[in-house]
Order: sequence, then C-alpha cells, then structure tokens
Amino acid sequence: MWNKIIRISSDPSIRSLVFLLAAVMFIFALKRLSSPRTARLGNLLGAAGMLLAVLITLASSQIVTYTWIIVSLIIGSIIGVSLALAVKMTAMPQMVGLLNGFGGLASALVAIWEFWRQPLGRADHAPAALAAIASLIGWVTFTGSIVAFAKLQDLITSRPIQFRLQKPANVLAIVLAVAMVVLLGLAPQNQWILILLIILAGWLGVSLVIPIGGADMPVVISLLNSYSGLAAASAGFLLGNAGLIIAGALVGASGIILTRLMCKAMNRSLLNVLFGGLGAHVAAGESQARTVRRYTIEDAMMAMQDAQEVVVVPGYGLAAAQAQYAVREMADHLEAKGVKVRYAIHPVAGRMPGHMNVLMAEADVPYDHLLDFEEGSREIEHADVVLIVGANDVVNPAAITDPQSPLYGMPVFDVRRAQTVIISKRSLAPGFAGIDNPLFYDDKTMMIFGDAKETFTSLVSALKGE
Amino acid sequence: MTLITSIIIFTLAMFVGIELITKVPVLLHTPLMSGSNAISGIIIIGALAAAGAGGTLGAVAGSIAVTAATINVVGGFLVTDRMLRMFRGKRK
Repeated sequence: MWNKIIRISSDPSIRSLVFLLAAVMFIFALKRLSSPRTARLGNLLGAAGMLLAVLITLASSQIVTYTWIIVSLIIGSIIGVSLALAVKMTAMPQMVGLLNGFGGLASALVAIWEFWRQPLGRADHAPAALAAIASLIGWVTFTGSIVAFAKLQDLITSRPIQFRLQKPANVLAIVLAVAMVVLLGLAPQNQWILILLIILAGWLGVSLVIPIGGADMPVVISLLNSYSGLAAASAGFLLGNAGLIIAGALVGASGIILTRLMCKAMNRSLLNVLFGGLGAHVAAGESQARTVRRYTIEDAMMAMQDAQEVVVVPGYGLAAAQAQYAVREMADHLEAKGVKVRYAIHPVAGRMPGHMNVLMAEADVPYDHLLDFEEGSREIEHADVVLIVGANDVVNPAAITDPQSPLYGMPVFDVRRAQTVIISKRSLAPGFAGIDNPLFYDDKTMMIFGDAKETFTSLVSALKGE
Repeated sequence: MTLITSIIIFTLAMFVGIELITKVPVLLHTPLMSGSNAISGIIIIGALAAAGAGGTLGAVAGSIAVTAATINVVGGFLVTDRMLRMFRGKRK
C-alpha cells in the first residue's frame, strides 16, 4: 500500500498536478480575503493547500531519510504554534516581520543546497545564476527582517541609524551583488562567489533597513513581505517547480501592492522612504512658545453626548495604552444615547497595513464601523465631534497647510472640518515620526491630558452616572 | 521545466496576484500580509526535499530550512485565523 502511494506520488506529472492544485487553492484563499465574511474559510483553504503540497513531497521516492524531517517539523510546529498563540495584536508587525525572515532564510538555504549538491564544476550557467538570485533575495529578506523585528520590538532604537557615506555604500553593495550574480552565472565553477554573495547579502539586509525610522516600518514590512515571496519564486525557478513559482509570485505581488499603497498614503516615493531617513533630525523649539487649552473629562463628555455623530480617529498609541476596550465601551454608551459613532482609520495608522483595524476588531468593534480613508474623510465632514486617541501625524494639519513640514502633501484627515476636536494624549510629545502638530494649539481643540485608558474608563463611568 | 516556461508562469501569476490583491479591502490588510506570508512558506517543499536527500549539507541546511519554513507556515496560518476570527459584523 505505502509502496504504491510512493510510486504514484513520485510520478513527476502527478506531482506537478498536485502542486498546481495547491496553487489554485492559494488563489482561492486570497480571493476569499476580499470580504471579512469569507476570509476565514479562505485562510483554511490555503492551509489545506499547503498540507497537500507537504504530503505529496513527503511521499516521494527522492526522500531517503525522514529523521531530520520529522525532528525539524516538530520543532518548527511547536515554535510556530507558540508564536501564533502568544503574540499580542499590537506586536503583529514584529510577528509578520519575523515570519518573513524565516521564509527568506528557508528559500536561501534551499538555493544554497541545490547549488552545492551538483557535482563540482558541473553546475550549469542558468541554475547557478538562479541559485545566486534566490540566495541573495532570501538572505537580504532574512537579515533585513531580523533588523525590522529588533526595531519594532525596541531591542534597538527605532530612530533611523545613519552614518556618513551610507547611501553610496548601499548603492555600491547592490551593484556588487548584481555583478556577483552575473559572474556566478558565467563561471559556475567559482563556488566562492556564492559564499561572498551570501556575506554581502547578509550585510545588505541590515544596512538597507537600519537607516529607516520607526514611522516608516509599515513600508519596510510590506517590502520584506514581497521579498519573501520573490525569494520563494526564485527558488521555484531553480527547482523548476511551478507551484513554488505561482505561490511566490502571488505573495510578491501582494507585498508590492501594499508597499505602493503605504507610500501613497504617506505621499512619498519608495526611494525616499528607503533612503530618506524621516525623523533623523527633529526640529526643536517652537512648541514651547504656544499655549494649549486643557479640558476635563466632563467637558469631553458634554461635547460628545450632545453630538449627533462622533468620529473616532485611533492611532497606535490607543492600543499601546490598552485603551481600545474602554473606547469601545464609551462608544456603546454614546450609541445607546442615540449618538452615531464611527472610526476613521488612516492607512498608516498602526504599525503595518491594516493594523489599526485588527486592533479595533479585537476590542469587538463591528467591522462595518471601521471606515477607510475616503469614507472616514466624508464622515468627518458631518461629524460634530472628532475624537483623536493616540493618533498624531495622520491628523496633522501641517500636511495640508505648511509646505515646510516634512509631512506636507501626505493625505491626512482634515479634522478641523468637524465642530469640535477632542484629543486624548499623554503629553505634548511629538508622534512616532517626531514632528510637532499645530492641531494641539488650535481654537477648536480640546486637549485631555493623561493616560488614554484612565481617561476613557473615567469617561465611561461619567456616562453611566448621567 | 525550461526557464522560459518558468518565466511565463511567473509573469501570469504576478498578474493574477495583482488582480486578487487589489480587491482585498484595507480592513483586511494585516491578515492578508500574515496569510500571504504563510503561503510564501511553500518553500517548505524544497526544504523537505533537501532535508530528506541524505548527505551532511542536505541534513544541516535542510533541517534549518524545514524548521524555519514550518514556523513560517504554521505560525502564519494560525495567527491569520486568530485575527480573522475577531472580525465580526453587527453585534446583537
């Protein structure tokens, strides 16, 4: 029975068809992500496709020993399950960053193995160049993701780390890496080129990510996501496996689209994000000269319960303070009093694409209350009160009015169109990007200082007391 | 499979990917990233072949690759499911 299974599943045509089936299941998985109603089943379909691909690979006559496979599968599963169950929703960018890195590492190692298992001097031109490309992309993804993880996890500073001649050094490293790919393709017997390339790629991953500031991390995570797909696809070229190529291309496309979306949401070019180092030099002064109006929780409550509509603009600070549950509870009380409450979510709110939506969904906010940039902007125009919690740069009017501002031109929520703006904030400290916000000093603005969780817990009690 | 066939498949798959991904709402972009991330763990099939082929390089590189890819696949799909479970429509 087992022998028969092995014989059938070792047939190259059968294998190719099963990999194609897995790829089709991945396509349906992504298709179902177009709506939150169908997404969960889609994800399961993707997982089933993966299982199918793994099973057909395991039942192959090419596999002569299962020892290492079983040990590695068990260790990997234990780590994967623990990470997935333990990770906090606020830490999702780090998690995705780390997983990208592991994918890249696996692709690079597979490419390296495929290259070295050829008898010495027998590797062909094209496979050698493909092995070099897959190792390069995979290894850059790995070290780059580790740096991104360390930055987001605050293991190293999230500020851009820059040094003299960094840009020329990076450009030189990229040119060198491309030259090495070409050289190895022309002369596959020179195996040392691949070793040098791996070292260079490791350095390149670090030095490309390290000059990028914390506020730009969503772009970096999206880009690394794309790389991890392209690494898998290039390994697919090397192994001649269509399933790998299709799956890798899908992920590559996804990462590229998200990267472009993030750049557009910040009105910056990818090159500017990668080499610009926003927030490296923060302009000081100015803010001391102006005064802000402090209000009490009662003032905020009055303003909100007399409103027809309140639009909440949440930022990462809201989740960092663990205040999303209190905010949602406040919204429940307001809605019970007939106030419409919606959430306007900026594309770069949070620390990765769509992050803020997940954080609000975790607090049980229904997803049809979570508005994207266009819907949110429209809703703010008729809102009586805009409540800003833990967001800063995405509501900074300087992006509209001040050509000198580093944010100028970035699409932001024009919250001054609402009657009243309430800002809950710990202090006047500038946001993640380190840029001052004139909104704090605006006449329409009510500043409520203090920890967001305490503020909203008090607001909830005040609303209950009425 | 020839290089040309690979390039054709890759190009067409990129177009399919772009069509699919542009239809994913901003609401689900984080699960999209973690889910597509899990899909890029498909490299596990190459890693399994390496780890099972015998020989020292295969055992070392293959085992590390299988472990890394398994973390990617298992962690990716599971955490995506955890997130998608949280997205609910109207509350009662």
